[in-house]
Amino acid sequence: MTRAGLIRLGLIVALLVALEVLVKIGRIDALTMQAPHKMALDLFTMLKSGKLNKAIAKTMGNAGFAFVIAVSLGVLAGLVIHRLRRLRETLDPLFATYYAIPVFAFYPLLILLLGLGDAPQIFIGVMLGFVAVVVNTLNGLDRVPRVLLKTARVNGMNPLETALKITLPSAAPYILTGAKFAVAYSLIGVIGAEFIMSTGGMGYEISFAYNNFDNATMYPLIILILAVSITINMVISHWEKSLLKRRGLQ
Amino acid sequence: MTQPHIRLTDVEMTFPRPDGVGEGIHALGPIQLDLRHGEFFAVVGPSGCGKSTLLELMIGLTSPTKGSITFEGQPINGSCPDGIGVVFQEDASFAWLTVRDNIAFGLRRMALDRREQDERVDKALAMMGLVEFADAYPSQLSGGMRQRVCIARTLVTEPRLILLDEPFGALDQQTRLLMGDEILSLWRKTGATIFLITHALDEAAMLADRIGVMSSRPGQLIDIVETHWPRDRDSRIVEQDAFGAVTARLWRSLRVESMKAIGKKEASS
Repeated sequence: MTRAGLIRLGLIVALLVALEVLVKIGRIDALTMQAPHKMALDLFTMLKSGKLNKAIAKTMGNAGFAFVIAVSLGVLAGLVIHRLRRLRETLDPLFATYYAIPVFAFYPLLILLLGLGDAPQIFIGVMLGFVAVVVNTLNGLDRVPRVLLKTARVNGMNPLETALKITLPSAAPYILTGAKFAVAYSLIGVIGAEFIMSTGGMGYEISFAYNNFDNATMYPLIILILAVSITINMVISHWEKSLLKRRGLQ
Repeated sequence: MTQPHIRLTDVEMTFPRPDGVGEGIHALGPIQLDLRHGEFFAVVGPSGCGKSTLLELMIGLTSPTKGSITFEGQPINGSCPDGIGVVFQEDASFAWLTVRDNIAFGLRRMALDRREQDERVDKALAMMGLVEFADAYPSQLSGGMRQRVCIARTLVTEPRLILLDEPFGALDQQTRLLMGDEILSLWRKTGATIFLITHALDEAAMLADRIGVMSSRPGQLIDIVETHWPRDRDSRIVEQDAFGAVTARLWRSLRVESMKAIGKKEASS
């Protein structure tokens, strides 16, 4: 492990220990927050009992679905927008301000349009992740060296072949950056939506546990969400790094 | 008289101005040029004279405003004909593919059985001295070796006409001389016609059978110099007196044009 990595690990451990101590000596009320070791034990018990498996499966399934749609639509839209300069000029300022929009404000409207099922939650996950993928795909496509496009034309490749064999592979590291954002955003979108109005899922269970002072459920769920999000993020980062390293960029 | 390999007739290129107002920018021509089958032809010219535009016209990336270009008797119309291979000035290797896959890239699009493809790639790897780097990625190679990957990628498709756009522009002088030797040996082995664009007079003088000298913009061919080198020449030709004479002739034709290109007037003549 690198020096920076060791320091990072040390920092996290120090914070956990501090929290443990603060709870132990009673500076933090056990009703407010539990000791980290208790959260870990509760998480273990919760997963073992399987009583929240349905909620976890629902949220992860929906977030995964939202992620896949956001990435595939985002890459496709990026390719199309990149080819149409007018459209690009029109949309660029909108993309730049997109994340100022509190998407959750649309939730009541989405329920009216899409019904009470999972659809509005998935839709919000997609809305949040989609634009990050588009913006990063465009950034990557902008950086494809012109000479590679000339090479494609000399080889008589049509636009689809050029995209699949030249521009997308060339832009891959940037697209992965977009995908990394999309992981977090689709989780935020889905869980946030479950908070507001839903009858199931991790967001709903957290909210329910909160209202009932059920710390033994609330904290383990929060930790589980963090763990899943961070793990996926790390996997993509690792992939991204190996791509960049292969290209001598890192 | 036999048919020329590639023929340019009254080729002119005018680019529209960026603001779209007024007359366009006359970049090139009119140019007449016949390349003979199997010859090594080099073009030298001051910077901005339209050398690269000329190349883009010859591979059908752009269409000329006036005139026509025929390759083996067929007009070139908006796409690069089979049988023409290009090596560009910039590094065109694919960073995400190994050297072997880079070289095989164009081949994979051809109707050849896999064994034939692999044989050709192996041959090109050996020819370009890349065997031990077959599984490396371009980022692990030097600039000169990456350019060799690009040359190999073009060679494996066995083009009958190879266009080289300042392929050694980014390399140091010694490497350039050695790459020149490699190009000469490729030229002999493949029997292809070679069209080389360069700004280095000595490179043109050392490699080519004929050298076309271009004027400053709008680029026109103002002189064609025959070198009369033997076919089995190599870079040691630079030691000969005749080499100096050819280079001197090129510079005589080019000096005034180069000064125009950098905005100077002839002080005394």
